[in-house]
Amino acid sequence: MPDEIINAPVQKKLFPLCLATKDLNHPASIKTYISIGGYEALKKILTDKISPSDLLEEIKLSGLRGRGGAGFPTGLKWSFMPKNAKGEKYLVCNSDEGEPGTFKDRDIIRYNPHQIIEGMIIGAYIMDATVGFNYIHGEIWNEYLSFGEALNQARQAGLLGKNILNSDFSFELHAVHGYGAYICGEETALIESIEGKKGQPRFKPPFPATYGIYGKPTCVNNTETFASIPWIIRHGGQAFNDLGVANSGGTKIFSVSGHISNPGNYEIQMGMPFSELLDLAGGVWKGHKLKAVIPGGPSTALVPAHTIMQATMDYDGLSKIGSSLGAGSMIVMDETTCMVNTLKRLSYFFYEESCGQCTPCREGTGWVYRIVKRIVDGQGRLDDLNLLKDVSQKISGRTICALGDAAAVPVLSFIKHFEVEFEYFIRHGKSMIESLND
Amino acid sequence: MSKLPKKITKKIDNELLKYPKNQKKSAVMAALQFVQAEHGWLSNKDLSDVADYLEIPEIAVMEVATFYNMYDLKPTGKYKISVCTNISCMLRGVDSLVNHIKQRLKIDFNELTKDEKFCLKESECMGNCDAAPMMVINNEKMYEKISPEKFDVIIKELK
Amino acid sequence: MIKLKIDGKSIEVQSKKTIIEVADEVGIDIPRFCYHKKLTVAANCRMCLVQVKNIGKPLPACATQVMDGMEVSTKTKFTKEAQQSVMEFLLINHPLDCPICDQGGECELQDTAVAYGASESRYAEEKRVVVNKNIGPLISTDLTRCIQCTRCVRFLKEIGGVQELGLVGRGEHAEISAYVDKSVESELSGNIIDLCPVGALTSKPFRYKARTWELVRRPTISIHDSLGSNLEMHIKDDRVMRTLPKENDAINECWISDRDRFSYEGFYHNDRLLEPMIKKNKKWLKVDWEEALLFIAKNINRSIAHEGQDSVAFLHSPQSSIEESYLIHKIADKIGTQNVDYRITQKNFDFSGTWLGCEISEIETLDQVIILGSNMRFDQPLLTHRFRKMVHQGGKLIFINALEHDLLIPLEKKIICKSQEYRTQLIQMLRAVYEIEPKKIINQDILAFIKKQKLNADTLQWMKQFVKGKNKKAIFLGQNALEANDASDLVFLANCLAESVSGLFGSLSNYPNGVGLDLIAHKQELKSTKDMMAKKISSLITLNIEPKYDIRANINLTDLIQKINFKVAITPYSGDAFDDFDCLLPMAIYTESSGSYINIARKLQSIKAITSPKGQSRPAWKILRVLGNYLDLDDFDYDSSEQVLCKVIHPKKRLAYPPLAAKKFNNKEKPLKKDGRNEIHPILPEQSDMIVRRAISLHSKKNKPLINIRQEVL
Ligand SMILES: Cc1cc2nc3c(=O)[nH]c(=O)nc-3n(C[C@H](O)[C@H](O)[C@H](O)COP(=O)(O)O)c2cc1C
Ligand code: SF4
Ligand code: FES
Repeated sequence: MPDEIINAPVQKKLFPLCLATKDLNHPASIKTYISIGGYEALKKILTDKISPSDLLEEIKLSGLRGRGGAGFPTGLKWSFMPKNAKGEKYLVCNSDEGEPGTFKDRDIIRYNPHQIIEGMIIGAYIMDATVGFNYIHGEIWNEYLSFGEALNQARQAGLLGKNILNSDFSFELHAVHGYGAYICGEETALIESIEGKKGQPRFKPPFPATYGIYGKPTCVNNTETFASIPWIIRHGGQAFNDLGVANSGGTKIFSVSGHISNPGNYEIQMGMPFSELLDLAGGVWKGHKLKAVIPGGPSTALVPAHTIMQATMDYDGLSKIGSSLGAGSMIVMDETTCMVNTLKRLSYFFYEESCGQCTPCREGTGWVYRIVKRIVDGQGRLDDLNLLKDVSQKISGRTICALGDAAAVPVLSFIKHFEVEFEYFIRHGKSMIESLND
Repeated sequence: MSKLPKKITKKIDNELLKYPKNQKKSAVMAALQFVQAEHGWLSNKDLSDVADYLEIPEIAVMEVATFYNMYDLKPTGKYKISVCTNISCMLRGVDSLVNHIKQRLKIDFNELTKDEKFCLKESECMGNCDAAPMMVINNEKMYEKISPEKFDVIIKELK
Repeated sequence: MIKLKIDGKSIEVQSKKTIIEVADEVGIDIPRFCYHKKLTVAANCRMCLVQVKNIGKPLPACATQVMDGMEVSTKTKFTKEAQQSVMEFLLINHPLDCPICDQGGECELQDTAVAYGASESRYAEEKRVVVNKNIGPLISTDLTRCIQCTRCVRFLKEIGGVQELGLVGRGEHAEISAYVDKSVESELSGNIIDLCPVGALTSKPFRYKARTWELVRRPTISIHDSLGSNLEMHIKDDRVMRTLPKENDAINECWISDRDRFSYEGFYHNDRLLEPMIKKNKKWLKVDWEEALLFIAKNINRSIAHEGQDSVAFLHSPQSSIEESYLIHKIADKIGTQNVDYRITQKNFDFSGTWLGCEISEIETLDQVIILGSNMRFDQPLLTHRFRKMVHQGGKLIFINALEHDLLIPLEKKIICKSQEYRTQLIQMLRAVYEIEPKKIINQDILAFIKKQKLNADTLQWMKQFVKGKNKKAIFLGQNALEANDASDLVFLANCLAESVSGLFGSLSNYPNGVGLDLIAHKQELKSTKDMMAKKISSLITLNIEPKYDIRANINLTDLIQKINFKVAITPYSGDAFDDFDCLLPMAIYTESSGSYINIARKLQSIKAITSPKGQSRPAWKILRVLGNYLDLDDFDYDSSEQVLCKVIHPKKRLAYPPLAAKKFNNKEKPLKKDGRNEIHPILPEQSDMIVRRAISLHSKKNKPLINIRQEVL
């Protein structure tokens, strides 16, 4: 294990790789980052003139999968970028982080911005990109500003712009921001947004690699994905892969929120048992019992306590129990949680955030929300549950982007695991949980 | 001559440097943000001025301004209070906080207090769930782990 | 070549096609709302979902490209189920009140719902209501019916050239809107009525006037500009109720301009002349045809007797059909006068053969184009669209004009100069060619002239690319250039320039039947209106001209007409323009008559009468024939317009069009007159002829009418 790991007892199990500087003084400054070996990977690449294809092999070897939610192998994605295309090529860091319960990219930007920058420069070097953007969630304004400062530091240090570190490699990087639209996390919506339009996803294919920003080849990756790159280059792809388990190389930041004692970001090696992660975060709050967990954010399926307790926190571990890793946004719910009310809030979210261009998502999310709301308002009907399932299934798989699919996930998983609660609400016009507390 | 004040056009010009010369439209999000930060909200005139400055159709600016939640097309008073009510905040009791705020300020969501000082907005996840429940004032200043008592203190300081 | 199967049918296609394109070609029906073959693909309605073998999700046929070995099924249970569910989603927020909707009977949603919808709605929640917007005098909105397919938004942006509508707001709250209180100003705006698959955008003038099943559909063409757009007029009780485009890819594709769409209102304006009128003792009297014709014959014969045959003159409109023009020429000929012309806005007559120089669709394939002196968006809206398409596909357009006329096309270079400077501009371009590649200028006279000119650095700069590029080039002279005093020089120089860069040379004349009329005039070698002015004319017969407004630009001709003693107008309308005339003969408008027209790309189109003439009015060719009889001229016995046409055009012989060229070039150095009149005279689309001047709805508030026409309808 590298030295940067802190030795506090409970944190032994943490592996701060993307969040390497978090507990140091002035974590975000370029000095601090350099003090832990930052920008060394980049320097080595440029001085030794390591070929992009060799670097790409390391990335592939690392087993790094996209941390934005879909888990697509990063090395493979990077290999799709056309090699000899003329003109500009764009690289985009997706810090739009709008999935409820996710706040990991915020911390990477806040504490370790230079690792993102270095990761992007290396990515640009590998893919021959000329210009990069970091698209930052509009709601975290301070981080947007501080990332701009980090960029200035890097520029002054000759790490960005023309002839980086006096090599013949040039790359310009800018911070841009969203302004309140979850859908802009979807990569093609994000591209539209950078072009100054509404964030409406594009139909794929063509994929961004061939038709991205201004129609130019573009590669979009999550913040955590880029932040993992320098470590991989420094320590080798295999070392990164070895940190995790099969099919899930490296570390992962889990944003733990909800009914938990110590909400926060926990960067751990992939494959850690759920129960250990729960302990790391101090366990369920107020000594309550665990009821269910959404392991990766609302677009991943809800899992009841007894099932999640058996799971490990990695791609396969969570898909085995019928859910997925998503963006690692672990939302913990204790026994006092009313599932009907919670689903109402989540379906409201998807209804509010649907961009509105495709029919099933635009119409379906509103329909679903209104049914759940009607149930909560005490006007539910028994066949509403079948209707909810049916409508959700008819949104899923028929839309331009995955928001439609995502919107169906909570409906189907909540009803699947807690049908009794829904039926109770419909029959009695009130929540089973609240009734229990009465 | 642009109808926007120099202070703002200067910022927009800086923003334009990030994009190719023939892609002025790309700066529309930032331009709207600059104008809103100055005026508190975006009037039709503001939208027209931005369209004019970036040489794009007004309706294209309108599309952007109505798509993104954080642009306000109506006055929001001196302080716009955005409270996240999404799942993590909800699990940690934002609903009772919201009730408290509504009673305290005597307004509902999307309303202005009589003295036009405060406006309350419901917001989706702000990516700050470890600090739930939380709120943002005027799109920039974030307040974390808010209880009704803490809210009252904050409000007092804003008076 | 790609081989694929659709519904079991084996098909071979070129690459780069989508499933829906292929299905359309082989006649397999896939339902769709957002897709339109002339617009970009949005793939947002999801109605066209189909099954593709080995793919778990249904795919949108409009956006999915065919691939070798693909097996597509459009009728399986899987597809049906996907399409039905989309249909259900579309209907949950859509009003189910088809009987009161203006689109009822021709609604794509209604038709598709019958085929794919369920009979009962499972949606029990509140329906969305959207407030309507006023987007101008032509298009009515009923936005609660909108299904957000964005065809209208895409049309205005892509075909119209500027985004005027948007989908404002997000998700379920998204609604179609113009900016704040703006109305849609595009001269092509009416097409969004056709594009809207539901009743959200309908024709304001047509609204609630008739149901689709009550209408008889008749083909015709437009004579408001030089394209000859193909139209389908919808008729109820012998009255045109609305006009729609009739698809013709070579001319108007599937679009028409607003002028073509709404001009039918003018057919029924109160100004329609319903009976022959003669003026006696300064008072207008209604008379019968016999009396009117005798009155004319008497006066014309008196003119001839007292002042010679040359004292009689004829002016006919550039809108005249070939038959009308032939007969008017024949009357003049038989009387023995050469005073006949249709070029009523031209001042220079030393050139002929104006035409586009290529097919209309060929414009899209050009790479570099120079247009000189054209208010094209007013003159020929759909021709402008072809140039727009050319530029969207990477072509470069250089635009030189006397008026700041926004073409809504990104220009490579724009030069605004006075109309008297057009000639200098062309000389400088030729001088630049000489500088860049001296050998390219073939005409020796011009070469000698050009050598003497001073080189303009700026022109040299931008001409470099134009000369050097190894691609398809063209130079076009617009109507404004053709109306210049030195038009023949412009034609001559532009011709040399085109020759020197091996490009096309054409004109964007806006005379609706200019090519056809030129053909007849060319054969006859007649005099021009300029020659008429030198003469003493004492009798004039005009055909389909409202002098005051149609000849506005030509001050000298206007003066001439005023001085003429005896004046007859064969005209569909009365009005103040005829105050000083002596006799008015009511002619049928073009849709009430048969006739033939040749468009700017030399395409001959003959149309039939689709409604009967109003009142006592008669087709002009019949009036002229009878007038010939009354004037005792021989050989005026035609039974049909076809017989007349045969005199001009033999069905089997190729037409001998005169080439677009000038007879001479004035190579004298012409010092620019500093105080010279800059001839701009743009004619707004709704002012271009008698009919459209009376089509009330076209006269939106924004474009104030240049002249006051009473706002009344028959
Ligand atoms: C509705 C929706 C929202 C998304 N939001 C985010 C996001 O906030 N951040 C992110 O990195 N990826 C998000 N994604 C995934 C991106 O589309 C994309 O896959 C990702 O940025 C690629 O980066 P990665 O390969 O590094 O994960 C979202 C996808 C969808 C469908
Ligand atoms: S699925 Fe929803 S969010 Fe995604 S493109 Fe379609 S309407 Fe927009
Ligand atoms: S026609 Fe294909 S999605 Fe609308």
